[in-house]
Amino acid sequence: MSLNLKERRNKAGTVLVATGEINSETSGTLLETLLPLVREGRPLRIDLTAVTYVSSAGLRTLLVVYREAQHAGVAVTLYGVSEEVRFVMSATGFLDFFETGEAAAAAGRARAAR
Amino acid sequence: MSETRAERVLRVDAYPTHEVGGYRVRAGKPFPFGANVVPGGVSFSVFSDQATSMTLVIYKRGEPEPMAELEFPEEFRTGSVFSMTVFGLDHENIEYGYRADGPYDPVTGHRFDARQVLSDPYARLIAGRDVWGVEPDRSRGYQYRSRVCLQDFDWGDDTPLGIPAEDLVVYEAHVRGFTRHPSSQVTAPGTFAGLREKIPYLKELGVNCIELLPVFEFDESDNPRSNPETGEKLYDYWGYNTVSFFAPKAGYAATGRYGMQGDEFRTLIKDLHAAGIEVILDVVFNHTAEGNEQGPTISFKGLDNATYYMLTPEGYYFNFSGTGNTVNCNHPVVRNYVLDCLRHWVADYHVDGFRFDLAAILGRDLDGTPLPNPPLLEMLAFDPVLRHTKLIAEAWDAGGLYEVGNFPAYGRWAEWNGKYRDTVRRWLKGDPGVTGELATRIAGSPDLYSSRGTTASVNFLTAHDGFTLADLVSYNDKHNEANGEGNNDGANDNNSWNCGAEGPTDDPEVNALRLRQMKNALAILLTSQGIPMLLSGDEVARTQQGNNNTYCQDNELSWFDWDQVDENAELLRFTREMIAFRGRHRELRSTTHPTGRLRDSLGLPDISWHGERAWQPDWSPESRLIAVARCGTADEDVVYVAMNSHWEAHDLELPALPHGRSWHLFADTGAEAPHDIRTPGTEQELDNAGKYLIGPRSVVILVGRANDPE
Repeated sequence: MSLNLKERRNKAGTVLVATGEINSETSGTLLETLLPLVREGRPLRIDLTAVTYVSSAGLRTLLVVYREAQHAGVAVTLYGVSEEVRFVMSATGFLDFFETGEAAAAAGRARAAR
Repeated sequence: MSETRAERVLRVDAYPTHEVGGYRVRAGKPFPFGANVVPGGVSFSVFSDQATSMTLVIYKRGEPEPMAELEFPEEFRTGSVFSMTVFGLDHENIEYGYRADGPYDPVTGHRFDARQVLSDPYARLIAGRDVWGVEPDRSRGYQYRSRVCLQDFDWGDDTPLGIPAEDLVVYEAHVRGFTRHPSSQVTAPGTFAGLREKIPYLKELGVNCIELLPVFEFDESDNPRSNPETGEKLYDYWGYNTVSFFAPKAGYAATGRYGMQGDEFRTLIKDLHAAGIEVILDVVFNHTAEGNEQGPTISFKGLDNATYYMLTPEGYYFNFSGTGNTVNCNHPVVRNYVLDCLRHWVADYHVDGFRFDLAAILGRDLDGTPLPNPPLLEMLAFDPVLRHTKLIAEAWDAGGLYEVGNFPAYGRWAEWNGKYRDTVRRWLKGDPGVTGELATRIAGSPDLYSSRGTTASVNFLTAHDGFTLADLVSYNDKHNEANGEGNNDGANDNNSWNCGAEGPTDDPEVNALRLRQMKNALAILLTSQGIPMLLSGDEVARTQQGNNNTYCQDNELSWFDWDQVDENAELLRFTREMIAFRGRHRELRSTTHPTGRLRDSLGLPDISWHGERAWQPDWSPESRLIAVARCGTADEDVVYVAMNSHWEAHDLELPALPHGRSWHLFADTGAEAPHDIRTPGTEQELDNAGKYLIGPRSVVILVGRANDPE
């Protein structure tokens, strides 16, 4: 499965909307897209609402981006992390490194509870 | 901004030189063994001394048939190592194995069969048993599939903790059993992630080391038996039949279905360390899951049978492990393999130590003869990477070699002290003639470890193998019918006593005595010199219904029932306070054996023995009462522990303390809760300074410290 990436710029920073799977096949493209955005130095939000799966290589790519951003003093936020991806990230420790936008996840939990 | 750190390093060997089977390849590097991601591809390296040819077999993840078979060109062989870099592979979506061709001649030890696809002994990830208990498709030719694993992990500033051995309180636990019970209330029951959620419980209990039953990949479904009473399938629940030594068990990870077991296990270890808890792995290098002549061919057997296994002159498998085969541990190649494996777990997983199953086998020569100076044990003791890890031997094997007290230690190895277990058990149930040996055991077994110090002795009363503590005081005999072997499996010499009724009973006196006996056991264990080890669940009276060999029971018999945390809160509290008490009193943790020498500061010896009369211990065969007083430095309390396994109460005359000190009561197992124990530091001064009445089958612990202010 492929990964579709769309950039959106607003006053607060840059949003990268990802759709699909982040795995060893697609993470190269993700990295190539994200690193220049990090270099721009504006706050970066990665919207994962439409990402169904993040593999081991995918998680590493996100962490590499985070480390690069940290190095450059740029804020990176993950947004819209699904319950399943969140669980995987939590169990494997990757979640501890990231700022995550809680709004989408909370809405998802509310839906599930109904 | 300068160039990013993620940009890759250019290498001149990142280009193919050959084409094999439609894939671009070049000669790989012999080291490191296994499959390693390199620029542009994956480097594969495997050893076989006698193979005439080797083929790399690659599958698309989960597919029954290979997508490629790449024979190693002859010029890709260095010595007996076949290595090749394959370019353009999606490392995350492949599985791989090897076909080794060579002689099939069991008499000379060779069992090559090129029809078989073999697991890589160095595989860091194995697919095929991704979710615990899912019945595998056995029609597949290749069952345990090697995968390429990414080894980078962000450990932050985590390192192994390096807790001094004498300060350890070890907690032996099963990854799955610890949280599989629905009462655990964790997000992912029975997994590394589940255990991680229970770290606060461990911390509150006060243990600072968790020893995990085997976590190397094994096949829980390889048990053909079923429970004769219920028809339920039985499993290889404990996991002592290792399939792959470098790979964490996928079925123990909530993320195993995604192949992320490595990261999940590392995250657990990182968080345990953050909570001050070390991790010791129970490792099984004495045998493998390949069994004997009738067993399956998984890896070693097909790659280089004569190197990896101890064989009789006729080519049959020696069976010092009692499970069919014996790993040829002191063969130079196998020695390196074991070393590489342990280094991997220390370097890549930050493991703090190892407990070696049937470790006496690791001291046997290639023909099974016990060696006076086994190279493997020496090598592990001095290895730079393993230098500060804990090495603990189960110092016996199933071939009759019993080395408790004389395991080749090189100043490094500790032992499961089986004699401690047997002596304290016999004494607890009231056997005559044991009091003298009890004294030796609680003083750190100087008869066994005089030159090695007290930390050579891992003291335990219960372990996964045998009765739980609750069953030790509830059953005279094992009840293993559920294992499907007519109650013939499991040990018979349990030194257990049911306190008056076999199994569960409504008799309040029997139940009260059982609770008291459990407290007695814990009180003795946690005031003995040496490293104490508790079996997970004993602190809440976990029962296995009298089954002393639950290796196959993946059900309530084995699982930790978290409802017992509330139901048996009294015993849990007792255990916690005992652990805290041990942490507070250095003299209980002294690394040197006591000698009876006077401590100048207080005018008392470092250890002294007492009976009903102070300074007059009774060592006669019928004596069931003994008290020990330990005295440290001037700023420490004197600790007095009286133990009575007699069925009658006795008056104790207490030894006099230096001026300004008096006896304070910490614990009395004969007293009703909450007066059975106090929080260390809040002990109450005795009313009658020189005397104490110890109840029947009770332990009393006093501390001699400064008088309470008037």
